[in-house]
Amino acid sequence: MIEWFLFVIVIIMLSAAIMAMLLDNLLAATVSASVVSLGLAMVFVFLKAPDVAMTEAAVGAGLSSLILALGLKRLGLWKLDNDEEDNS
Amino acid sequence: MHRFTSFLFLGGFLFFLSVLAGILPLGDPPMLIGQVIQNQGATETGAANLVTAVVLGYRGIDTLGELAILFAAATAGGLVLSSGRRKSSVCSDDDAGFIVKTAAELLFPLLVVAGLYIVIHGHLTPGGGFQGGVILASAFFLPLLARPSAKMNHKVMSLVEGFSGAAFICIGLIGLFNHGAFLQPFLSKGVVGELFSAGTLPLLYIAVGLKVGAELAGLLAALNEEDDTEEGNEHA
Repeated sequence: MIEWFLFVIVIIMLSAAIMAMLLDNLLAATVSASVVSLGLAMVFVFLKAPDVAMTEAAVGAGLSSLILALGLKRLGLWKLDNDEEDNS
Repeated sequence: MHRFTSFLFLGGFLFFLSVLAGILPLGDPPMLIGQVIQNQGATETGAANLVTAVVLGYRGIDTLGELAILFAAATAGGLVLSSGRRKSSVCSDDDAGFIVKTAAELLFPLLVVAGLYIVIHGHLTPGGGFQGGVILASAFFLPLLARPSAKMNHKVMSLVEGFSGAAFICIGLIGLFNHGAFLQPFLSKGVVGELFSAGTLPLLYIAVGLKVGAELAGLLAALNEEDDTEEGNEHA
């Protein structure tokens, strides 16, 4: 049972990691990079390492994506719907 | 093109990792220290959470090194971010919207309580100073996100950071002079599993939590403030 959970999480993590490279919208790429960290945190919970899981969830999913997003904002790359308008 | 290069990099990195995994004798010399710590850790340090027993009891100076690295990184970040700051622009007072503002007001006390709980119960439950400190930092950054015109009090932040760092080192020095080793846990160990137990480990973790929280909150605020002025300059 746990193997199947892990399998699903790993698939989600892999697809999110590939999405982070392929997405044009950098904000969406940041969010999908934080999905990788969230999946990794769940994997750590299944591996019975709750301390590492908390660190991963707080730092990897929360803080680093926040810093990346603020960096995007600072560089002027923070675009929510400009890309979609451009594409359409 | 850059997509192709990133995939190329990924492939090369995977190859490198697989070669490394092939070379390394994983689990070949069995690690005996883990068994010893599992047997003796709780009674020796009085901490129910063995990770805390290792992080603060057995290798406290390593944690001090981590704190120093974090401090250097935060200082360098603050230095880079505040170097080109121009205070000329009028700060545009555009609010973040009703949803973010209400959520920030609702989440702020919850996040503070959760962060403090994780810090204070670091020796009993999973978590500790670093994790709780990050949660505290995001809690204190949330109001800035909701109200961009608000400024964080950097003086208070650096005071908290300095005092908690000094407290960590002072506890270590007291251990050195009275008990023979730097960061040697002293005070009474108490009953394993109670809130007031494990001697100085909870105090050390509170210092770590406050230091990490103040540092990261200051860093995030600096990042956000600089961005505000940049935006103002762009508008002008």
